[in-house]
Amino acid sequence: MKNTGILIEMENNRVKETSLGMITLAARADTDLYALVLDGVDDAACDILAQYGITTVVDLELASAPEIRMNPAVRADAAAQAARNLHLDAIFGLSSADGKDLLPRVAALLDAPLIMDCLDVDLEKNIARTSQYSGKVLADIQLTGDVVIFGIRPNAVKPVPSPAPAKKITMASDSTVPADFVLVSWDDGENSSRASLTEADIIVAGGRGLKNKDNFSLIFDCARKMNASVGASRVAVDEGWVPYACQVGQTGEKVSPRVYIAFGISGSIQHFAGMKTAGMIIAVNKDDNAAIMANCDYQVQGDMFEILPELIRQL
Amino acid sequence: MQIYVCIKHVPDSAANIHLLDDTRIDEKVAFLLNPYDEHAVTEAAALKKKAADSEIIAVCLGKPDAQKTIRSAMAMGADRGILVETDDACDSMTTARVLHAAIVQDGSAGIIFTGKESIDSEGMQTQFRIGALFGFPVVTNAAALDVTSGKAVVTCELSGGRTRTFALGLPCVIGAGRGLNTPGYPTFPDVVKARKKPIKTISLDSLSITPAGGSAKTVALTPLVQKRHPKKITGSPSDQAKEIIRILQKEAKVLS
Repeated sequence: MKNTGILIEMENNRVKETSLGMITLAARADTDLYALVLDGVDDAACDILAQYGITTVVDLELASAPEIRMNPAVRADAAAQAARNLHLDAIFGLSSADGKDLLPRVAALLDAPLIMDCLDVDLEKNIARTSQYSGKVLADIQLTGDVVIFGIRPNAVKPVPSPAPAKKITMASDSTVPADFVLVSWDDGENSSRASLTEADIIVAGGRGLKNKDNFSLIFDCARKMNASVGASRVAVDEGWVPYACQVGQTGEKVSPRVYIAFGISGSIQHFAGMKTAGMIIAVNKDDNAAIMANCDYQVQGDMFEILPELIRQL
Repeated sequence: MQIYVCIKHVPDSAANIHLLDDTRIDEKVAFLLNPYDEHAVTEAAALKKKAADSEIIAVCLGKPDAQKTIRSAMAMGADRGILVETDDACDSMTTARVLHAAIVQDGSAGIIFTGKESIDSEGMQTQFRIGALFGFPVVTNAAALDVTSGKAVVTCELSGGRTRTFALGLPCVIGAGRGLNTPGYPTFPDVVKARKKPIKTISLDSLSITPAGGSAKTVALTPLVQKRHPKKITGSPSDQAKEIIRILQKEAKVLS
């Protein structure tokens, strides 16, 4: 039987649902499942992890000072140490904003192969499915090595409960900050409570059709009413209407929300590269010939400056 | 200071990708400098402006055709280039070993730039592996960089407008993100000058790389054609909004 470690992401002391999906994915194979927790784990969180099939919860007990606990080098070192101590054969983590900075560090420390942004993993054969060439190709990639690492795209797998009795162990980590890699400051933005783009269930996105920054506030208002994240096409970012962090597409975020609602986005090949794996795409556009209108689930032809206020009013 | 920029020759993002067989794409499409690497070269050039005695060296692992991408980097400011030639597809563990060996053979890195990821294989990891091989600190998705008095202060972007600022010792490895700068189009004289700059070509075998303990090998490629069949939502704006909300509640079940 294998040993698989799953790097759990928490939010406000609760296990993120996207983390539970990783457990469900790993549990398809014949493996012991270790939850690797860097941010502290209380009894309630342990119970949740056990409900989804974790057999051992490993509290990696980082120092509580934020400039230490949040330092990705410290976090990666703790995860790599745990992988060695637990003789892990595989590590799962989220291909989230934090995961993109953590998993490659762990892979580099362990000199282990890694595939990011996996849509599926066959842990028996160590084959990961991911998209390449801007979402135009699906690649099945086989990893070999003493330990192999998979970065799972958030929302790729729906969590399914599978209760197991879990024990908790603590493994104090060396929390020494490397002298040449110091976290000096951090900014969690004004809207830190809003779901991050890669993990949102609903994304409301705007493009060229919004025409200017003021109009883009309609997108923010609509997203707020739906508890959704705000996305944007490259044009909207290049014009300075929204920060780069909102960009969806080839050179922005790759997202798989359950619903993607595109307002005034034509749907270039580069934009589709970032959102084509969405569960449902609703396109609102004045132009019936826009590319996105032919490759969505619901097309709404009309004036978004009339439809958006109606949506905001009715929500 | 020697500034190394690791670059990759990748298919144009707008190109349609066709498959030759189960594991190879048809490479008869336009290839160019990986878009994130443009930000890496641009930042190196900006750094050189402040420290005029610096030299920018573009390093690339690829087929002979990748010379074109090195010329593009030169037109944007690289002084010379190194092409490690291979016809093989290399995974990121091998790629990092090759780039590390090529840099060690060539000189002494003061700072190493890469793009935050390549748009073909989208691995997001080579910068970290290069850093580990050198023992240099690494950041990725850099959006602001200030190199002064022996250290680099870098602000990196996470999603949702979150940022982290790090103080790195030099030498270090910086994975450039889109927020770092705005690459300019090279002028015609820049392009002409680039043609005269030297490119050193070395074979992959001549570097005698120690193989990695693990590997990542593509076993199957399939085109991702996801054809959706749109249904129309018609009526007045109010009707359309009402129907969208009904779909979100009843079909997608994302709203209560």
